Amino acid sequence: MSDRNRSFRLSRRQVMRGLLATSAFGLTAKFGTGCAQSPSSGGGAAADGAAAEELVVGFIYVGPKDDFGYNQAHAEGAAAMVADVPGIRLVEEASVPETTAVAETMRSMIEIDGAKVLFPTSFGYFDPHILALAEEFPDVQFFHAGGLYQEGVHPKNVGSYFGYIDEAQYVAGVVAAHMSPAGKLGFVAAKPIPQVLRNVNSFTLGARSVNPAATTQVIFTGEWAEPVKEAEATNSMADQGIEVITCHVDSPKVVMETAERRGVMTSGYHADQSPLAPEGYLTGAEWDWSSIYTELGQEFVAGKTLMAGDIPHVLRGGLADNFCKLSPYGPAVSDEAKAGGDAAVAAIESGELVIYQGPLKTNTGDEVLSTDQALKTDNIELEKMDYFVEGVIGSVS
Amino acid sequence: MAAGALGWWGVPLGILAGTLRGSVPFLLVSLGECLTEKSGKINLGLEGTLLFGAMSAYAISYLSSGIVGPTLAPWLGVLAAGVAGMVLGAIHGWLSQQPRVNDVAVGIAMIIFGGGLANFFGKPFIQPQAPQLPTIPIGGWSSLDPVQSALQISPLFLLGVAIVPLMSWFFKSTRWGLYVRAVGDSPDAALAMGISIFWVRMASIVGGSFLAGIGGASLSLFYPGVWTERISSGQGLMAVALVIFARWQPWQCLWASLLFGGAQALGPAFQSVGIDSYYYLFNAAPYILTLVIMIITCSPQRTLAGAPGALGKDS
Amino acid sequence: MASTTTWRRSLEAVALPMGAVLAALVIFGVFCALAGANPLAVYGSIYRAAFGSWSAWQNTLIRASPLMLTALCTALPARLGLVIIGNEGALVVGGLAAVSVGLGLGGSLPGSLVLLAMALGSLVAGGLWIMAAGALRHYRGVNETISSLLLNYIAIALLSHLVQGPMRDPAFVSKPSSFEIDASAWLGTLPTTRVHWGLIYGLVASVLAYILIQRTTFGFAARTAGGNVRAARIAGLPVGKLTLAVCFLAGSCAGLAGMVEVAAVQRRLNESIVSNYGYAGILVAFVARHNPLATVLVSVLLGGILAAGGILQRSHDLPDATVLVFQGIVFLCVLYSESLYGRFAFFQEREAQVEAAVASV
Repeated sequence: MSDRNRSFRLSRRQVMRGLLATSAFGLTAKFGTGCAQSPSSGGGAAADGAAAEELVVGFIYVGPKDDFGYNQAHAEGAAAMVADVPGIRLVEEASVPETTAVAETMRSMIEIDGAKVLFPTSFGYFDPHILALAEEFPDVQFFHAGGLYQEGVHPKNVGSYFGYIDEAQYVAGVVAAHMSPAGKLGFVAAKPIPQVLRNVNSFTLGARSVNPAATTQVIFTGEWAEPVKEAEATNSMADQGIEVITCHVDSPKVVMETAERRGVMTSGYHADQSPLAPEGYLTGAEWDWSSIYTELGQEFVAGKTLMAGDIPHVLRGGLADNFCKLSPYGPAVSDEAKAGGDAAVAAIESGELVIYQGPLKTNTGDEVLSTDQALKTDNIELEKMDYFVEGVIGSVS
Repeated sequence: MAAGALGWWGVPLGILAGTLRGSVPFLLVSLGECLTEKSGKINLGLEGTLLFGAMSAYAISYLSSGIVGPTLAPWLGVLAAGVAGMVLGAIHGWLSQQPRVNDVAVGIAMIIFGGGLANFFGKPFIQPQAPQLPTIPIGGWSSLDPVQSALQISPLFLLGVAIVPLMSWFFKSTRWGLYVRAVGDSPDAALAMGISIFWVRMASIVGGSFLAGIGGASLSLFYPGVWTERISSGQGLMAVALVIFARWQPWQCLWASLLFGGAQALGPAFQSVGIDSYYYLFNAAPYILTLVIMIITCSPQRTLAGAPGALGKDS
Repeated sequence: MASTTTWRRSLEAVALPMGAVLAALVIFGVFCALAGANPLAVYGSIYRAAFGSWSAWQNTLIRASPLMLTALCTALPARLGLVIIGNEGALVVGGLAAVSVGLGLGGSLPGSLVLLAMALGSLVAGGLWIMAAGALRHYRGVNETISSLLLNYIAIALLSHLVQGPMRDPAFVSKPSSFEIDASAWLGTLPTTRVHWGLIYGLVASVLAYILIQRTTFGFAARTAGGNVRAARIAGLPVGKLTLAVCFLAGSCAGLAGMVEVAAVQRRLNESIVSNYGYAGILVAFVARHNPLATVLVSVLLGGILAAGGILQRSHDLPDATVLVFQGIVFLCVLYSESLYGRFAFFQEREAQVEAAVASV
């Protein structure tokens, strides 16, 4: 792991030196002319002539882009986009809070770096910051992870994309229930927002499809990254005899390691965490942003835009569309559980399995869906979820 | 896994375990701050020291494990954390003693500087796993896994507990302890005694920062045992509050740290048995508790018993 | 002669911090060079991103405006000899009060009246919050630094609890937030700019604070009490009332920053208003030596540093933490420069130099 990091660093540094050497003149030239210039004329990359029509794509992360979690997953996807699609230049900014700071960052990327496409990746960037900037810069495309695009309400240059990672969580629930004799599962969650609740519910529904008596204990830490609380939550779940723990926090490392130390099985999130829990890691729900980012990158280069309607405003996909995937099964997983998991993947990919299928009740007894109702994965209602399904122990507020 | 559910017994057990695990950084930082404040200076920058210590410990443990093996590496990490703390402490000690320079302001600048350095150099160490410090199991008498796990004592906790009587004795019965107290209580008298105020304070601040650095190592090498940029949820700053709460007495620092460590576990422990409302307010419990106790125990008529006389004064 | 003295002293007050910033830039340049970036190019980028164009200036001013208000929360009580670091908490309760008032009034009144009510609510809430720390100090002898620090954590916990529970708008999905305040009560931007009115609030508050402290009997009394509490008591100054009043004013400034953040930026209440404006304000106040006019300049300086944070990542491939290191170096250098007052002969008045020379002979 570290070797890769180190060599990456070194080469990046060398590249930087080279770039700086060639761009020194370009930079001074830029001083006089102000900032709103497109970078292809000022940047040193123009020196080799080939990159004159470079498309600048900006990525903005709310935390450090090497957090081994949510932000890193996006950053790796962004790196894949640049590597796979020629003609794209990437500008990135990490640790940008959800205040005027992100508005200013987006503006700088547009005005100084000449970005034509922006990916502000945190949920909280959308309203009001992205919406305000999108009004002001109608020729720049804004893609937001997880936002709810509303046709006719939001600007035409705003798109929303997200993976139905809860499909992977459902499968992880199936595997977990197979492996948990008592059917006691745990979920360390950050905040009760719809994406988190949906993951908890899908995980639980997957488990209950195998063991109808299975339950999921939820503990909210209250923050996206609060390692001590995450460890405490994991420990108190272990004390309560919970047998499989998964999570939805920015960086799952603490939960995985703590559970492994306590001899509790784990299911990962965001990325493959199997090295952290070599014995107890069952599987995990992982993002696969590289495929979607690469695909979008190719469309940008081909001149397609949201505004022209060439790119759909709401991009969603699950296991079948490679928006997310499952970690390879860990050594502890039984053949029966593997078979169950594989069957669930196949059923989801083929579309014959609908996760939110009536009859479905909340854990407070209210009916969500009657017997003949179902909400398919792409139903927008699911993205406004504000309840826990039956089988979840915990409350949303 | 076989032990099964503890139910409601999980709450006191969780709090006990949280106390033993979570109190370590509070204990070490507050002892460090106690030493510093006894000499008459405040070091709010221990939050930055904690972060820089945590990063240094993790990095050195990870980098050296290939050379010295995974048993020795975390101890090298602890040492590195202490040294890293001393470096930051030396900056604080020198700067905060310049004329007209306020120690609170330097402390806040040091939080940013120390945190910034930790994050800057810590990037490559977020993902890898570093060898962790061993723990001492004292729960072997129980067959219950949760009990055994709760009673895993960190050697750093024992170190902190051992420092408590030592520091207490140091202040009361040694010549150097007297120097520190003299400088903190009445710099003029200390000057008359021929003590170098600058060097006594420098030593106290550097020594305190050494302990705070080790407190950082307890975060990254014991509990929760990772290096991330948000590893500290303000333990360094809180430990400063804790010292005043503890009236500058090492023994009281111990009790106060245990209280804070236990209070951190309240929210998750209650949620695990189904009390899931108001968890933010449970999480705020340590702060409310400290404030209430300070209000009850303070009095306007006299200065706080044990408060170093020169604390908070420009000198 | 007197005018030369003032001239040299003023020059000193400007030259020392400037020199400190230059020294910080040199140190930071060495740091960048060690990290593999070209320091000269880095300087160029910082200048370009913070002050290089009108757009960059606006970026800087937007970031500076909340700091002007939060800095006063530390600067005013400092004149009384109190070290208050509860800026973040006062900002949060100010935002909380502003949203409560704004949502309570809804669209029932004209927008400007709603805004006025929100501002008043935030002033009172933030004021009372810090006044509590002052009162605890005066009547119970509780250390105001620690109590105000604790109040920060308590305010943030209260905020998280309210936006996640009682005040939550269930239809707003991206993060737990309150309902949105009515569009008529949004705080707009200054004409032809994207800088919101918070900048004017900050400037006005700073000037008022300066006048209050330097030009009124109230300010004189506060400064006297700050210099020596016992003497002030003997002189018959109402130290308790002064403490409460100054703390109230201090807290209300930070509370107003919370209102601006809610009314001009977020439009609803959520945890995004907790973004270190309070802690940054403490530093600004100390670096400005608690002079309300100097806080404005220091806020702009810090705003510029924050504005430049992004370009260090985007153009120089330096990690996000670099801007923290930069801030740390700048502040440590400027704080050190305070100890240099009176150390350079050039800034001393001539007679003093002559006297010193005579004395040394």
